[in-house]
This record gives sequence, C-alpha cells and structure tokens, in this order.
Amino acid sequence: MFGLDALELARIQFAFTVSAHIIFPAFSIGLASYLAVLNGLHYLTGRAVYLRVFDYWKTIFSVTFGMGVVSGIVMSYQFGTNWPVFADKTGPVLGPLLGYEVMSAFFLEAGFLGVMLFGRERVGPGLHLLATVMVALGTLMSATWILSVNSWMQTPAGYSINEVGQFVPENWWEIVFNPSFPYRLVHMVLAAYLTTALVVGGVGAWHLLRARAGREGNGGGGEGARLMFSMAMWMLITVAPLQIFVGDEHGLNTLKYQPAKLAAMEGHYETYEGGTPLILFGIPDDEAEETRYALEIPYLGSLILTRTLDGSISGLKEFPKDERPPAAIVFWSFRVMVALGFAMLGLGLWGAWARWRGRLHDSPWLLRASILMSPAGFGAVLAGWITTEVGRQPWTVYGLLRTADSVGPLEASAVGTSLLIFIGVYFALFGSGTFYILRLMNVPPDKGLDIHDIGPTRTAGITSGLAPAVLESAEDGK
Amino acid sequence: MIFDLAFIWAGVIAFAILVYVILDGFDLGIGILFPLIRRERDRDTAMNSVAPIWDGNETWLVLGGGGLYAVFPQAYGVVLTALYAPIIAMLIGLIFRGVAFEFRWRTTRWKRVWDWSFAGGSLVAAFAQGVALGALVQGIEVADRAYAGGNWDWLSPFSLLTGAAIVVGYALLGSGWLILKTEGALREQSYRLARVLALGTVGLIGLISLITPFLNPVYLGRWFSWPAGLYSAVVPALVLWAVWYLYKGLTERRDALPFLASLALFVLSFAGLGISFYPYMVPPSLTIWDAAAPDESLAFIGWGALFLIPVILAYTSYSYWVFRGKVDPEQGYH
Ligand code: HDD
Ligand code: HEM
Ligand code: HEM
Repeated sequence: MFGLDALELARIQFAFTVSAHIIFPAFSIGLASYLAVLNGLHYLTGRAVYLRVFDYWKTIFSVTFGMGVVSGIVMSYQFGTNWPVFADKTGPVLGPLLGYEVMSAFFLEAGFLGVMLFGRERVGPGLHLLATVMVALGTLMSATWILSVNSWMQTPAGYSINEVGQFVPENWWEIVFNPSFPYRLVHMVLAAYLTTALVVGGVGAWHLLRARAGREGNGGGGEGARLMFSMAMWMLITVAPLQIFVGDEHGLNTLKYQPAKLAAMEGHYETYEGGTPLILFGIPDDEAEETRYALEIPYLGSLILTRTLDGSISGLKEFPKDERPPAAIVFWSFRVMVALGFAMLGLGLWGAWARWRGRLHDSPWLLRASILMSPAGFGAVLAGWITTEVGRQPWTVYGLLRTADSVGPLEASAVGTSLLIFIGVYFALFGSGTFYILRLMNVPPDKGLDIHDIGPTRTAGITSGLAPAVLESAEDGK
Repeated sequence: MIFDLAFIWAGVIAFAILVYVILDGFDLGIGILFPLIRRERDRDTAMNSVAPIWDGNETWLVLGGGGLYAVFPQAYGVVLTALYAPIIAMLIGLIFRGVAFEFRWRTTRWKRVWDWSFAGGSLVAAFAQGVALGALVQGIEVADRAYAGGNWDWLSPFSLLTGAAIVVGYALLGSGWLILKTEGALREQSYRLARVLALGTVGLIGLISLITPFLNPVYLGRWFSWPAGLYSAVVPALVLWAVWYLYKGLTERRDALPFLASLALFVLSFAGLGISFYPYMVPPSLTIWDAAAPDESLAFIGWGALFLIPVILAYTSYSYWVFRGKVDPEQGYH
C-alpha cells in the first residue's frame, strides 16, 4: 500500500498512535499533581480561590484524561496487533511490568477519578482530597512503569534468552531499574510538570491580558488568573534549570549505553582525536557520512560529554552501517528539544525578574511571551521522544532484537487500512477535543460560575462549572 | 487438571475478561440503547448513571489485554493478529464512545453528533467483541509460534451470530442497569425494552449453545460424553434458573432482579465457554501450557495480583457505593 511494506506501515502506525497518546499524559500527569496541590491548599487555608481554580482545571483535566485513556487502550493492544513477534519475545519480561502498571496505576486513576470529578458533595472535602491525591499518584505510577518498560528496551538488563528466542527474566530488580530508567523517569516527569506549567501560565496570562484590555467583564483577570500565572512562573524558574541538568546527565548515560544514538544526536560521523567539537547546526548526510555546513564550537563537545578538553567520542563510522540510526531526524529533534528547554529557562528568568520588580502581573510582553510559549512543552516532549525512539533504531530491544524482526505475518493492506482509519479518527476526534479544551480555557476563571451557583441547570454538564448559556455564547463567538 | 501457575493465571485472565464483560457490558449496553431513548433529559440521566464508573469498567479490558501479554505472550500475539480487523474495529468504537462522555457536555450545537458517536461506538465495539469471541471459538491456526491463517478467517456466519448475541446481551444488561438506577418514564421504557431483549438474549444463547459443540470434537466431548456431560449439565440447569428469575423480575417489577439475573446469564454462558475451551488457550492450536510465559514471570506478577486485585475490588466497590441509589435527574450528581 502506497509503495510501503507492512513493516514500514506498522512503524508509521506505532509512531503516530504513540505520539498522539503521549500528548495527553504529558499534560495530565502534571495537571493531576497541580489539582492535588490546589485541593490541598484549599483544604488547609479554606481560601475560595483555590477551589475555584481547582474546579476550572478539573473540567479541562477530565476532557484531557478521557482522550488519554482511549488513545492508551489502543497502545496496549498495538503490541499484539502489529508486533506479535516482539510481543512473544519480550512478553515474559515486559508484560509483567505493564501488568503492574494496570493494577497499580490505571485502576487507581480510574477508581478515584469518578469521586474526584463528581463526588465532592457526596464524600466531603477530606475524602475528596484523598481521591485527588490518588489520581495524581496513579498518573505518576503509570509513568514509572511505562518508562521502566521503555527504558528496558533501550538498555536491556537482567534477562537471559531461552531456546525459543524469548527473553526470560533473571533478576527483576535489574530489569525494572535498568541503567537508563532513573534518568528517563525523572526527565519525563519533569517534562510533564513543565508542559503543564506552561499551559497554566499561558491561560493565566491570556486572561490577565484580556482584563487589561477591559474585555474580561465581571471580575475577570482577578485573583484566579493571578494565582495561576504566579504558580506557573514559580514552577518554570525551579523546574527548567533542573530539567536541563537532568537532560545533561541523561545524555551522559546515553553515551555510555547507546553510543551510536549519541553520535547521531551530536551529528558526528568521525571520531576526533584530541578534542571533539560541538556541532551547533548542520545537515547530517548518512549517504556521504558527513555533516554538511556544520557550525562548530571547538572542544565544547568533549567538555560537555567527557568533562575534559580532549576526550574522544565514537563517531557513527565506528558502527556497521546497518546498526546506525538515521542521523538527521535524531540530530534535529534533539536540537528542537534543547532549544525549547533553554527558551523555558529564559521565560522562567524573565518571570522571576518581573516578580522581583513587583510587576509580575502587569508586564504585557511577559504575558504575551507566556501565551506564545504555552504549547512549547508538547513540542519538547515529542521532540525528545523522537530523539529517543528513532535513535534506538534499527532495534526495538537495543542490540538484541531488530525492528524488522519484530513485526508479524501481516498484509500491508490490513496495516495500511487501519493506519488510515487511525489518522482520520484521531484528527477528527482529538481535534474536536482540543477545540473544546481551548474553549474551556477561554472562559474567565473568575466569572464565579462554579457548580454551586448554577441552580436548576446543574444537569447540563456532568463535570462542568459551565451553564449552557455560557457554552452557547461561546459558540456564537460572543 | 493441573493446578500450577499457568492454570491459575488462565483463571485470573478469565476472571478479568468476565468482569470486563459484565461491567463494560452494561455501559456499552446503554450506548446501544441510546437511539431508542428519545427524550434529551432521559439521555442525560442514562449517561450520568455510568459517567463516574465507565473508565474503571474499561480498565478491566486493559487488564485482560495486558495480562495476556504478560502471562501468555504467544497467545496475545497470535490472537490479536488473527483477529486484526475486529480488534481494530473494537478500539475505534471504544474511542468514539469514550470521548463522547466528555464532549457531549461541551457543546449544545453538536450534542447530537456526540450522541451518535456514543451510540455508534458502543454498537461497533460490542459487535466486534462478539465477532472476535466467535472467531476464537471456531479456532485459530498457528504455525511456528505465529498466526498462520488469512486476513478474513475471522469472518463466518457463526462469528456474525455471536456478534449479534453480544449486542443484544449487552443491551439487556444496559436496560437492567437503567431499571435499577432510574425512575419515571425512563424506567418504564427500560422495562419494556428489557422484555424484548430478554427473549432475544435467551434465544441467542440457546442457538449458540446448540451450534458450539459441533464446531470442534473437543467441545462435543465436553458436553455429550459420560461422565463429563453430567457435570457440564449443571450449567444449562443454572441458566434455566437465571431465566426464571429474569422472568420474575420483569413481571413482578423488582428493580434489582432483572439486572442481577442478566448478570447471572452472562456468568453462566462464560462458564459454559470455559468448559468447552479447557485446556485450550487458543483452540485448537495452543493449550494453556503451550502459551504460558516462564514461571518466573508468572510468579512475579502473581504476587502483585494476589495483593492488588482484592485492593482494586475494594476501592471499586467503594466508588460504586459512593454513587449508589437512583440517579436524580434534578440533581444530576454529575
Ligand atoms: C519539556 C520537555 C523537555 C525539555 C525541556 C527537555 N527534554 Fe530532554 N526529553 C524529554 C523532554 C524534554 C522527554 C520527552 O521526556 C524525553 C524522551 C524520552 C525521555 O525519557 O525523555 C527526552 C529525552 C532526552 C534525551 C534522550 C535520551 C535517550 O533516549 O538516550 C536526552 C539526551 C535529553 N532529553 C536531554 C535534554 C537536554 C540536554 C535538555 C536541555 C535543554 C532537555 N533534554 C530538555
Ligand atoms: C509516548 C511517547 C513515545 C513516543 C512519542 C514514541 C515515538 C516513537 C517513534 C517516533 C517511533 C518510530 C521510530 C522509527 O521507526 O524510526 C517509535 C517506535 C517504537 N516505540 Fe516508541 N515512543 C514513545 C514511547 C514508547 C514507549 C513507552 C514504548 C514501550 C513501552 C515504546 C515502544 C516502541 C516500539 C515497540 C516501537 C517499535 C516500532 C519501531 O521501532 O519502529 N514507545 N516510538
Ligand atoms: C507504548 C506505550 C504505552 C502504552 C501501551 C500505554 C497504555 C495506556 C493505557 C492502556 C491507558 C489507559 C488507562 C486507563 O484505562 O485508565 C493509558 C493512559 C495513560 N498513559 Fe499510557 N501508554 C503508553 C505510553 C505512555 C507514556 C510514555 C506515558 C508517560 C510517561 C504514559 C502515561 C499514561 C498516563 C498518565 C495515562 C492516564 C491517562 C492520561 O493521563 O491521559 N503512557 N496508557
């Protein structure tokens, strides 16, 4: 189909569906923790604004979460539908980890989600707080297990191989805590927190700006928007530097365990003697085995990766041609992530400076920059995963099982058809979902429309603090 | 029978699938019935009656799938490639209905669209599950640890029949749930629907039970040989008992009874299927022991399951308890 074989179509399908999936957890992991914090602050201080902001983001969370769940269910079946050989071989090692994810994370989220969204009046504030914390804990556990699984595929450990070619567990501790897992887990959770902070900050900034322009009406741009923006800026200034530090450590780990991936990230085909430069930009060319138009800083590569001036790093030429990842994608996606990371740090510093001068909430250019940056976390997350996963090629289990050998006896027509269906359905449905989320974000957080004052129209929304009148006026673009 | 880890795990997976079928069964059933519920307000109530719990119900499907990957990895790969089309259809259906739970409340102009997404998605998912079940019962060819059949082997009159049976059966569960959880006109309508659906379900169970033994000599032996047939006969006897209670519940209008009796019908049909299947995981090719992962894997996740599944059942029950009683459409507890 389309001149592609079943293997290529299966790869595209996996890449497409998992990339769509990660967008939702990246946001909901962070948002769940944020909701727990807001609920906790309200419980401790009793200040109404915390509950108002909680209700505001709770609605957005429920829409995001719903999309995360349905796209995740697809993932859990995809290993079998498209990668049955992979499933058969890795099942004994990876299956139990995914099983633990279901039992310790997915059920926890799902079990307490209903209470968190709909049950405050029924269970009272204490148990409601507990349910919110459980949901947040569930999302973090979920990230822990799935990243252990992914990291094992990157840096396999604690296994042996049996007579039918399956990976067999030898040491569970080594499997779960495989060498790249701690780095990947911390990096991903921080990424989720940054992603959420940027969105929350962007929404706060949007309403502050609109209030300045006098377009927010009754009470907009008030306490709620200020709280969001301030909390988001605290997150950025603390987490962005931490993330850059962790990312750097992660890179050192990759150098140790996946040197070919690292060479691709850096765009090095050669192994330099006496000092490796850092290639800032260039165009890696796998055919010619060189990075064209390279803009280099001498010695900096050695300095970052070996902490010495003349340390050497293996270039791609050291690896057989059929064991190298496609360098250009890895090189560029890595740069996108790093650039966005530094931009986040920049925004965080700007916010801190404005706060110090006492003008955090009325620096229009800072607010505009925050709005511009609000989708940056998603970009960095996707870019980071593309680096990780494309850099692992041509293997699914690094050095042991090739992607080409993981696929099943499928016909290209079947995989191609399902791929087209997934693409169509995802764009239509998740596109609508994104639109609804944006529309919810456009509602001023301080309109004072919470669940308790909607009165007889309460049935109108299962979770919302939104009366139909508001929805309609939003739909009419008023 | 050999009581070892593989056997216990086959039981655990069967349990997860059964719990999935009865729990998601009733909320998929509500989706299937949606087009028949005409009043806007009744639709709101019907959806609200499952809104807080549907995600938990669906997680059992993930446990069934994830569990299969963990403990019977070969069966997981083989079954999902053999049933490629119905599985993809099921996933797509679940997406359409899953997002409708949220999207439906986010718009007034497009509400109808999400009503159809909920109804259509539920119908497709239920039908695809039934087709997949039928195809599995008919048998899957395996060679060299991989599926050895073609793209369309799953399609047969029998699998279409099981597809229809699951749709009707889920709709019965759904109407039972609505009888239990609602009042007024919606409950009246559910009683009327349940009568028709009960007849349909019982008829289809009967038909499928008559055909199944002749699909595979092993099944035939289970049901019509001596003395195995004697033990197996307990199941049809219990089915009659459940049908009797279903009848009583519907005629005497005891709100909880129709739902419980239809649950019993599902449990018993499932047990009947288990009797036919044993010792196969994927009939006629893989037994439970052929497909099982090494003992180290089964033991590692076994300890977790032993502790976690009871905990899950406890807090799931708690969450059902929090939302107990009739749904009050005025309150719409959201
Ligand atoms: C907000 C998101 C975000 C930001 C700002 C950054 N990253 Fe990142 N990065 C990720 C989000 C991410 C990710 C999506 O979470 C990845 C993909 C897999 C993983 O574990 O983390 C990732 C992977 C990833 C890898 C790949 C490791 C491997 O697979 O072998 C490296 C080396 C770095 N990152 C390094 C950095 C550096 C030096 C950054 C400094 C600016 C940085 N990241 C910012
Ligand atoms: C959620 C964030 C993730 C993203 C955005 C992502 C992205 C990708 C991409 C782009 C590919 C294609 C690589 C290529 O073919 O060149 C891929 C492949 C793959 N990924 Fe990931 N991945 C993610 C997480 C995971 C996780 C958590 C797992 C395992 C549990 C995983 C397992 C795989 C497998 C099995 C493939 C095989 C297909 C292939 O190698 O082509 N991925 N992923
Ligand atoms: C191939 C890899 C993946 C598979 C098979 C997978 C599977 C799933 C499944 C089945 C669900 C639905 C759970 C439910 O019913 O409640 C889900 C949701 C979720 N997944 Fe994934 N997932 C994958 C990748 C990831 C990654 C990389 C992360 C994060 C680091 C992640 C984090 C989550 C979270 C937090 C949820 C809860 C729903 C949400 O927050 O939107 N998953 N996933």
